[in-house]
Amino acid sequence: MTDQVSMAPEKVIPPAPGSPVAAEPRKQRTLTADVWRQFRQHKGGVIGAIVFLTIIFLVVFGPSIHGVDPSALNVRERNAGVSWAHPMGTDNLGRDTFAQILAGGRTSLAVGVTAMLLSLLLGTAIGVLAGYFRKLEGPLMRLTDLFLALPLLPLLLVIIMLFRDTLRRSFGPETGIFLLIVFVIGITSWMQTARIVRGAVLSVKEQEFVLAAKSIGTRERRIISRHILPNVLSPIMVSATLGIATAIITESALSFLGLGFPSDYPTWGRLLFDGVNFMQINPSRVIWPGLAISLTVLSVNYIGDGIRDALDPRIRGR
Amino acid sequence: MFHYTLRRLMFAVPTLFVISFIIFALLDLAPNDPTGNLPLTIPPEVREQIRMSLGLGEPFHIRYLKWLQQFFVAEPLNFIQQAFGIEIGNSAERVRIRSWATRSPVVDLIVERLPQTLWVVGMSYVVGILIALPVGIISAYRQYSWFDQIGTFVSMVGFSVPTFFTGVVLIVVFSVYLGWFPSIYDTTHRVTDWNSFWIQVRQMVLPVMVLALYNAAQLSRFVRASMLDNLNQDYVRTARAKGMKEKVVLLVHVLRNSLIPVVTVIALGIPTIFSGAIITEQIFRVNGLGQLLIIAIQGADIPLVQTLTFIFAVLIILCNLIADILYGILDPRIRYD
Repeated sequence: MTDQVSMAPEKVIPPAPGSPVAAEPRKQRTLTADVWRQFRQHKGGVIGAIVFLTIIFLVVFGPSIHGVDPSALNVRERNAGVSWAHPMGTDNLGRDTFAQILAGGRTSLAVGVTAMLLSLLLGTAIGVLAGYFRKLEGPLMRLTDLFLALPLLPLLLVIIMLFRDTLRRSFGPETGIFLLIVFVIGITSWMQTARIVRGAVLSVKEQEFVLAAKSIGTRERRIISRHILPNVLSPIMVSATLGIATAIITESALSFLGLGFPSDYPTWGRLLFDGVNFMQINPSRVIWPGLAISLTVLSVNYIGDGIRDALDPRIRGR
Repeated sequence: MFHYTLRRLMFAVPTLFVISFIIFALLDLAPNDPTGNLPLTIPPEVREQIRMSLGLGEPFHIRYLKWLQQFFVAEPLNFIQQAFGIEIGNSAERVRIRSWATRSPVVDLIVERLPQTLWVVGMSYVVGILIALPVGIISAYRQYSWFDQIGTFVSMVGFSVPTFFTGVVLIVVFSVYLGWFPSIYDTTHRVTDWNSFWIQVRQMVLPVMVLALYNAAQLSRFVRASMLDNLNQDYVRTARAKGMKEKVVLLVHVLRNSLIPVVTVIALGIPTIFSGAIITEQIFRVNGLGQLLIIAIQGADIPLVQTLTFIFAVLIILCNLIADILYGILDPRIRYD
């Protein structure tokens, strides 16, 4: 494998007296600083982080800079090409594509992050419970296996088809569909996190400091929150980044199949879906949203790669 | 081995029943009225008769058991009858699962659509494996070379870019600008001679490439990791020390051991391909199973959706079982856990 660990202890060479090194007080090394230093070594991770932050910046502050209403119609300028007024052209009704991409990005990223948080919460809770309490392990892991055996995409489509109208009626058209999609994606993507967290908890649980904490009478809730959770944070972080990527892809796939957000509520997947019919006349309408999805997912995946390497103590030591 | 297989089966069968219950209950208990789209002038008692004729008159558990009986007993018996031309029991009385939209048996609809999906999806999976194996082997053997670097980047892009975007881009480039391949898959096309065979190949290129690239991206990373695990093992050094040719060491000793986990991953990937094909079929207008599902969902055709979703679930469980058993056969250490 790539990680050949040098088992030899680092030789500590005492600095010569009077040299500038000796005069400097020794800096305290913290885990966060170590991880950050290692993360900066990972070229893909750094570029991914820059790209992702740029996308977030554009999506959050872009609408106030660009200042064009994404739903404003202007039939005289339909299917326009790239210009200063319309950096990405316009669609068949003269709506500004750039403004739509920015507005769509808000929804797509919001769905991605919220759904990731939900699935992370579920996955971590189930993973910790299954790993820590032996009695719960059997049933919870069977449940995980059961969820892994479900045909997810068909089920997602079915659930959205069945519950869309009811939720729209009770929460309003926009909040209803947002809640439904976030809930559905979150509840069907926690399984990998649960498995990874359970594995990590199983190995942390057997270590001496947990025994020590138990022997001084620490409550179990406290052991989990103070001793177990901080030590399984790294797999959780990695699955968090990957979770954003899968959630964004799933949301766009649903919108692409016409069962996600309605067309007056743009997301990247919905824009792509609407653009497909005009592909022959105006190919840029599918290229821009597709590029936005791909770039976001690619950068998030690279960040995940970087974090995984940075949190892996076998690699970090080198 | 027998005990191992039995243990796996003991888990697979209950899972199957639980999933069938989940799917049935989800679709059945949802707030959805099949007669909701009919004109309001229909009097309530006629509406009730329509509901009865759709089989909605009985309580939930009876309908579930009936559906199970139709799915596991009636339809397989029909299939055997058609395949061998024999008569088992009274086939005229057997109730079949019928689609609400077309009123024809669901299984017949599925059998109509299956060949297209199998051709496109199956072919793309084979092509994906054929790309992934050499790429993974070379990447691992020449780790950190330019080939490996490019391979890593391409596969990262490959599984980050969703298939609905690669498909659309390929259509824009190859059928809108270059005009090399058609953008729509024509399922009525019959292969009779070389000319029509060529047309068939050309219309299959784009959908197959989209799925093949996606599969190859994931699989090649897996082959590479598995090869790297084995290349550092002691038996490789022994083989080299014996004076084996490098080709034999790599392609016989290392490859065969590395393929054990890869085979199970390939088996596990088959069902996910079917659900991935839902999107690809939608882009290229292939009228396969995925498109049937989308149409059924849009038309709220509950029996068709139930059956299709359950077939996907059966595929997943079956492939998991096959993967487990294959792993047990190939790696004897697994059997004794």
